[in-house]
Amino acid sequence: MKGRARDAMLLGSTALAALVVVSMLFIILFDVVKSGVSVLSWTFLTAAPSGGMQAGGVGPAIFGTAALTILMTVAVVPVGVITAIWLSEYSRPDSKLAHTVRLAVSNLAGVPSIVFGLFGLGFFVQTVGRGVDKVAFGGVATYGKPGILWASLTLAILTMPVVIVATEEALRAVPRELRDASLALGATKFQTTFLVVVPQATGGILTSAILAVSRGAGEVAPILFTGAAYFLVELPTNLNDQFMNLGYHTYVLATQSPDVDKTRPQLYGTVLVLLMLTFLLNLLAVIIRVRARRSLASARS
Amino acid sequence: MSATSRSRSNHAAAHDTHGASPPPPQPPPPPEQEDESANSAVFRLAGWRKTPPKWHGAAEVAIKVTALVAIVAIVLIFVFIGLEALPLFTSKVVRSEVTPSSMWLQQTWGEGAPRWSWQPASEIPKYSIVPLVIGSLKITIVALVVGAPLGILSAIFTSQIAPRWLREILKPTIELLAGIPSVVIGVFALLVMATWAQKLFGFEHRLNAIVAGCALSLTIIPLVFTLAEDALSSVPKSFADASLALGASKMYTVTHVIVPAALPGIAAGVVLGFGRAIGETMIVVMASGNAALSNWSLGTSTRTITATIAQEMAEVVHGSPHYVVLFGLGATLLMFAFVTNVVAQRIVESFRRKRGGS
Repeated sequence: MKGRARDAMLLGSTALAALVVVSMLFIILFDVVKSGVSVLSWTFLTAAPSGGMQAGGVGPAIFGTAALTILMTVAVVPVGVITAIWLSEYSRPDSKLAHTVRLAVSNLAGVPSIVFGLFGLGFFVQTVGRGVDKVAFGGVATYGKPGILWASLTLAILTMPVVIVATEEALRAVPRELRDASLALGATKFQTTFLVVVPQATGGILTSAILAVSRGAGEVAPILFTGAAYFLVELPTNLNDQFMNLGYHTYVLATQSPDVDKTRPQLYGTVLVLLMLTFLLNLLAVIIRVRARRSLASARS
Repeated sequence: MSATSRSRSNHAAAHDTHGASPPPPQPPPPPEQEDESANSAVFRLAGWRKTPPKWHGAAEVAIKVTALVAIVAIVLIFVFIGLEALPLFTSKVVRSEVTPSSMWLQQTWGEGAPRWSWQPASEIPKYSIVPLVIGSLKITIVALVVGAPLGILSAIFTSQIAPRWLREILKPTIELLAGIPSVVIGVFALLVMATWAQKLFGFEHRLNAIVAGCALSLTIIPLVFTLAEDALSSVPKSFADASLALGASKMYTVTHVIVPAALPGIAAGVVLGFGRAIGETMIVVMASGNAALSNWSLGTSTRTITATIAQEMAEVVHGSPHYVVLFGLGATLLMFAFVTNVVAQRIVESFRRKRGGS
């Protein structure tokens, strides 16, 4: 009897916890969709904010976010994927260097995002940017100020662990037999890696890139001091231009508005756009991952 | 192959008095290599030949060099955060306003009783880190107390109790929570959770440590959940089988066999959750109220280390004492993050060693 009561308590408490967590997720989604969906329109998606951020839309913020994440992806995906390839295919299990790389990756993943912001400011803007200005622009502040290039590179470092870990996982899921077969047929290590293993892991590599984009698109703290702007009339066209960003725009609307009630529709609209962007990307990643896992499982059996 | 080609080119160089050796004559490829399979053209394009091209070797070196970027990045982060905070120890100008010891010890600031105070913009700038550390700890503890049990219990439910179909829905759903940007959770906390909390408890301030901590728990739940679920699922099936064979109930097996076996993984998740919570910025900026008070009351407005950096960095002059102090805060956070990471790593490694030995 006592045992049965304990069983019921365990079942009840764990099920309740899962229910609470899942319902929190849905409450957030419901709240954002409910309050945001009425604001959505073509004008909202394309127009610039106007009337003290109480009217207009988020067009420049969407553009800025897209430009930022594309630059970030261009920087992070090749480096991350190649690092994962080295870790998974080339390094020996007892390699000191591989251990150090892994240690670096796990520490990078643990660095608070605001510290990445400080790093972007201290390293990219103040050191690299000013250095470039001194050498190439005669000391005129060109790259030695916050801009989209520095923000995207900061985000690239922040998302590097995401790409490395997810890609390595995908590469490790490729059955050993495929590598052995390729090597036995006389292919070199390089040929085996790039013609056999990497094509098999394409789904997983794509997932890693999507996860990185989704993470990068939602981060605000790292771009606070490295290039995000409160409001800009013009879209960024150069690598050293400042830019608007959905996440930063959300933060601005939520905290810096003189009249919270009047900006609320704009705020919820922005949140909905941001959430749709990151959420759909995540959903896509989950689906690709489940599919890849299933097809690998069926290939094995 | 390379030896013969070298001797051939040496031979050619001996004939060439100007020293510039012409490329060694390539024998025409035997015709039977042309049509090995239908894919041969594709494979040849991708570099699949009997003898791999020379650039493969160079590419392999490049791969290894690229793998070093992660190490370079983390080293640069430590170096540059440290360098920008260094004037706290070296610069006379900075030290006339603030030193590491004045950041931690109570000061009289010219008048009144000694106290801790963070007022960087006042006439006598007061840079005491203590109210911020207290604020960060308050919110982090609330987030852990709320988030860790929820994450662990739902992991137990998902991996051990739920039927298969439910597990396959629950796991990705809870992990989707990790995909919600922290500004979105911040907005939700600011506009919705704060109102709920106000109605339910009537706190002194509308935005306070409880609201921020609960909002923050939403970011650590998926982290704790994922790691705990992994740890629980990787407990060998033989453990459960042995327990069930001895007549223990399913639930007894979960609580007395599987959870203890997965405990190190679960603990590592909680430690990493702590690190995540203390470094989270946007949620606490929006939901904590941001008043730098040195008390342990959970119902009052609270300012954290991260929120302070986020709000003040944009306005400070490069190289000023305030700038240096904010980088000092960043260095403190970085140390926190590093230590939690090392601790979590140690827990997982000792666990793996134990499991490997048994």
